[in-house]
Amino acid sequence: MRILTYREAIIEALKEEMERDPSIFIMGEDIGEHWQGSVKEFEGLWPKFGSERIRETPISETAFLGCAIGAAMTGMRPIANVMFASFLGVPMDEIFSQVTKMRYMFGGKTKMPVTVMCLSGGGMNAAAQHSVCLEGMLMSVPGLKMVSPSTPYDAKGLLKSAIRDDNPVIFFQNLFLTISGFKGEVPENDYTIPLGEAVIRNEGDDVTVVAIGNMVHTALSAAGKLKQESISLEVVDPRCMAPLDEKTIIESVKKTGKIVILDEEPKMGSVASEIAAIIAEQAIEYLDAPVKRVCAPNTPIPFSPPLEKYWLPDENKLIEAIHSII
Amino acid sequence: MKLNKEQLLDMFNKMVLIRQFETRVKKSFADGDIPGFIHLSAGQEAIAVGCITNLREDDYIVSHHRGHGHLIAKGGNINFMMAELYGKKTGYCKGKGGSMHLADMDINMLGAHGIVGSTVTISTGAGLSAKLRKSGQVTLCFLGDGASNTGRFHEGINLAAIWDLPIVIIIENNFYAEATSIFYSTRLKKLSDRAIAYGIPGETIDSNDVLEIYEKVGKAIDRARKGKGPSLIEIQTYRHFGHEEGDMETYKKKSEIEAWLKKEPIELFKRRLINDGILTEKEAERINQKMKNEVEEAVQFAKESPYPEPEETLEDVYA
Repeated sequence: MRILTYREAIIEALKEEMERDPSIFIMGEDIGEHWQGSVKEFEGLWPKFGSERIRETPISETAFLGCAIGAAMTGMRPIANVMFASFLGVPMDEIFSQVTKMRYMFGGKTKMPVTVMCLSGGGMNAAAQHSVCLEGMLMSVPGLKMVSPSTPYDAKGLLKSAIRDDNPVIFFQNLFLTISGFKGEVPENDYTIPLGEAVIRNEGDDVTVVAIGNMVHTALSAAGKLKQESISLEVVDPRCMAPLDEKTIIESVKKTGKIVILDEEPKMGSVASEIAAIIAEQAIEYLDAPVKRVCAPNTPIPFSPPLEKYWLPDENKLIEAIHSII
Repeated sequence: MKLNKEQLLDMFNKMVLIRQFETRVKKSFADGDIPGFIHLSAGQEAIAVGCITNLREDDYIVSHHRGHGHLIAKGGNINFMMAELYGKKTGYCKGKGGSMHLADMDINMLGAHGIVGSTVTISTGAGLSAKLRKSGQVTLCFLGDGASNTGRFHEGINLAAIWDLPIVIIIENNFYAEATSIFYSTRLKKLSDRAIAYGIPGETIDSNDVLEIYEKVGKAIDRARKGKGPSLIEIQTYRHFGHEEGDMETYKKKSEIEAWLKKEPIELFKRRLINDGILTEKEAERINQKMKNEVEEAVQFAKESPYPEPEETLEDVYA
């Protein structure tokens, strides 16, 4: 099958969707003529679609998120690119009090087809204001959907679904997978992946590892190593944090009786915490060891390479957690 | 555009209807029939009616927490409005929004919004949508004086300006943001001077004269429709009641209230229409009674309507 990078797969999804539907347009800073995205994540779109639809904005995340809301209520299908997930803090009111609330508070009388794109995650020494993962914090916002793809195939199929969805969806484009040129198979035909369906990346019997975003690759690498010790990992990639595919995670835990959640966020209030609570509530009788969360410490993300390495969850920390319950 | 007799009387009817609606809501709230927070627009009717009378049916309005008058002026149904205020299933939002979030997408009233300043940014989206679709629609954005101090005001108008969006931004300056005087919260004498910062036209209308508002806002709407971009218009007015029901209004001086009551918009318009031979005192009283009756019917409709089933809480989160 054809091989694309993670970044190329995302650009291809945008291109195909914009060709298919004239109501789609993108707003953001430096997405057009000169840079075509701060890490070239929109490369080739401006030459094809021009400044009307690849619409460069001032540094006004609040304004263009609000603009996306008004456009979505009046028949358009806007994509707002806030560049880094950390910058979601700027238009956070638009996210938690506006775009996710309007359909509900207007009694279901409007749709809100807004896609918010951002670069997410650490590993690039980008320090505390350019590296965060916010999925855990945002899981408590009803009305929101969230996608955190870990492969080029998923990135393309999930982005297409996000754009076609009539609800607000945040698309967390992993920064490390984008910059590192991560490659994978992507078919040439048009396909979508439903939002809210997890995928089992590696089947196994001994321990369930639920991993998010770039952490999926860490889990798969650990699965390879632990195979030599005859420990078999089942790696579950939820792909969407909202809606979360609880069923696939629970079914896996029923099979293995053990779960470790690998999540690149401070542990407190993380996606890992929510999954741990779901397991405690719905599948505790199947567990034969405590739930383990392998997360970052409750500190901001540091800059210096040895500090960031210490901060990020990694394969050794995961293997250590698995050994502690096996 | 010159208004004919029928249009003038329609404007008068709408202003009276807004006043009667707000006055009745005040009573229902005091009686304990309406839950939550209520922000009334009595005293500001000339703005809602003067601005919105200029619009085409398919034009958009974006309204704020003090928004009952905007919806009535756009042609909203007062039965559905009142039922929503009462928290009933038959309300505009099925009881999920209340007074602060009335919306009627069928008449392009894009909702009332409780986040102060958000109407500006949301309006840019409706404006951009109309521009991209080449529909010729204009968006009227309403906000209060307090909202002109928010970051959204700045970012939103700047965006509207650089993209020449077909929107008209109306600051309803009633001189108080909750209990804080606008003279405390800005050095400016005229809020429309803020337009200079964005390179767009700005104008202040310092009267409650519905016809002056109609005419001046009409010019800004024409300009927007012709693709010449947004305008900022400050209209000075006064709210007769508190920020919200229950507000004791300790910050208002008696002399100030008396001075503004002399410039009361409905009385002002009535005298003008009588002078011009369009209305009589008797006819005005008949209209007043008619609107009072209509509002009373809306109250009956609201009272007789059922509450939503508790389980409906779980509906309408996702499309």
